Amino acid sequence: MAGQPIRKPTRLEPWQDAGQTPYVRIEKVTKTFGDFVAVDEVSLSIYRNEFFALLGGSGSGKTTLLRMLAGFEQPTEGKIFIDGVDMAGIPPYERPVNMMFQSYALFPHMTVEQNVAFGLKQDGVAKAEIRDRVAEMLGMVQLSAFGKRRPHQLSGGQRQRVALARSLVKRPKLLLLDEPLGALDKKLRERTQFELVNIQEKLGVTFIVVTHDQEEAMTMSSRIAVMNHGVIAQVGTPTEIYEYPHNRFVAEFIGSINMFDGRVVSTDGDQVIVASEEAGCELLIAHATPAPAGSPVSVAIRPEKIALSKDPVAEGAPSGDGRNRTTGIVREIAYLGDVSIYLVQLPTGKTVRVTAPNVTRRTEMPITWEDEVTLTWRPFAGVVLTQ
Amino acid sequence: MRTVVSILVSGLSRIGLWGRGVVVAIPYLWLMLFFLVPFLIVFGISFSESIIAQPPYSSLVEWLTDEDAGTSKLQVLLNISNYFRLGGDDLYILAYLNSLRIAAVTTLLCLAIGYPMAYAIAKSEPSRRGPLMMLVILPFWTSFLIRIYAWIGILKGNGVISNLLEWTGITSGPVEILYSDWAVYIGMTYCYLPFMVLPLYSTLEKMDPSLLEAAADLGSRPFKSFLSITLPLSLPGIVAGSLLVFIPAVGEFVTPELLGGPDTLMIGRVLWNEFFANRDWPVASAVAIALLLVLVVPIMIFQHVQGKQAEAGR
Repeated sequence: MAGQPIRKPTRLEPWQDAGQTPYVRIEKVTKTFGDFVAVDEVSLSIYRNEFFALLGGSGSGKTTLLRMLAGFEQPTEGKIFIDGVDMAGIPPYERPVNMMFQSYALFPHMTVEQNVAFGLKQDGVAKAEIRDRVAEMLGMVQLSAFGKRRPHQLSGGQRQRVALARSLVKRPKLLLLDEPLGALDKKLRERTQFELVNIQEKLGVTFIVVTHDQEEAMTMSSRIAVMNHGVIAQVGTPTEIYEYPHNRFVAEFIGSINMFDGRVVSTDGDQVIVASEEAGCELLIAHATPAPAGSPVSVAIRPEKIALSKDPVAEGAPSGDGRNRTTGIVREIAYLGDVSIYLVQLPTGKTVRVTAPNVTRRTEMPITWEDEVTLTWRPFAGVVLTQ
Repeated sequence: MRTVVSILVSGLSRIGLWGRGVVVAIPYLWLMLFFLVPFLIVFGISFSESIIAQPPYSSLVEWLTDEDAGTSKLQVLLNISNYFRLGGDDLYILAYLNSLRIAAVTTLLCLAIGYPMAYAIAKSEPSRRGPLMMLVILPFWTSFLIRIYAWIGILKGNGVISNLLEWTGITSGPVEILYSDWAVYIGMTYCYLPFMVLPLYSTLEKMDPSLLEAAADLGSRPFKSFLSITLPLSLPGIVAGSLLVFIPAVGEFVTPELLGGPDTLMIGRVLWNEFFANRDWPVASAVAIALLLVLVVPIMIFQHVQGKQAEAGR
């Protein structure tokens, strides 16, 4: 998991400020294709200068939502406001937005320069200004030397940057990006993520990016809307989405997670105790949403929040009341260099995934296959998910 | 062991090369036999003299023996007067120009009708495209001649169109469209329309619809997007379709013969007359060779555009 957000901690959080008016307001928007409901009563507010991600699997409705913002699809029901203007009936060529297409959609019969200049030409910008702005844009995406080339003479990464330059040259207030990095290889994708964020901060454009790649969404965006079957499962900052998933879908979609089914034993303030046969112990969760005793819940714990030890009285474990502590046998180990993944089988048959950083350099691992280990975690590690 | 393997490998690759050669050589041999050889024969006849004999032309090469002198010589006679006749007689020049004009008008009509048609089919639901293209090709299932005869019935003085015009009161009497240049345009446009629609459809259908969305997104209105995106990208289809119509239309014989009037002068009819009515094979051959030269230019254009298209890496 890409844990470290590259955002500066001093970022504005306009969605926290009740006085702010959202730049994009999506109100109960539904889109159906025949019997298929692609987007189901979605409401969202996106603020100026946000880097907003729509995250979901294929068929989750994220692309349809983006296409409605661009004007390629009309909502079946509901309204979309951009900068306070109702977008109903306004064709794409009159909207104050630009889009970067997943396929890049570069015009194959035009050079890089002509591609970038196309949007400015439509607005009747003076020739000299077009030339300057195109040159400036190509300079920003580091393609100044490629202006006379045709798209088919460029590499995938270069095409991606032409598409970005073309969609930014008109200085839109809102840029829509449909899987902008999907066609790039891993290394290039990581580098481009940082470039995109830098460009967004430099130009002060509101970005809405559609992606199926949770890592991409986590690294780049200020907020993420996780979509599933046309519905928004959760909206929040990357940290909120990762640390405090609202439901099982979000918890399982973002990163990997261990789920323990159980029943609430007692609730004391925001402390909840859950009995789980699967876990083989009682689970104590601090800062949970209170749930009535006896109600069925799932407790989600991230693999990196579980400590692994061969010593049965492990350090850092909570008081010896047997809570948040269980034992199992190591079945699989995957060494990834920086971390190792351990799959530990509990006596109940449940397999728990644990990741541990490889702090010291070693050729022989202290914990190995078939070792009996103790798993412990802190009360803050778990999240209670009601069904 | 290694040498055995390497010999085997090289032997196999040699057979592979040889096999590839055969695959290419057989069709070329076929073309040589049935195109190049007849062409050379026609080319030869165009340099001979017309005589009343069987076959009706003189031999180019003759073996002469002078019995008095006891010598013999090989005589090659190249009669280039046939070509001078083509240049000297207005009939031929007019026929060529007229053919080019009729072919050009036919091509433009096919393009004007075929482009919207191909565009509409390419933009229709994917499940409908197959049946719609089928309908375009369907006329090929009946004989070309029968379809032209059907047009005679439609276009003649008391035919379908004439009766319709009279019945609706647009014209007071019967209208004779048959046996005019108009009838030829109608007939030829009808015949060659599928050859225009097919290549146009295949280029338009391949076009990425997101290109038009991108153009709209950048502020281009639909008609402007058509002019700046669709039209230039369908240019290869326009060129291919136009040449597929234009080239055979220049040499067209049946349609002008059956639908055209006596004054519809086309090089195909002149050719036919020279061969069968005048039995002047040498002049007819010269007409045919000249026609080929006239058509070489558009074919070269076609090759050039195709080469450019291949270079564009599609």
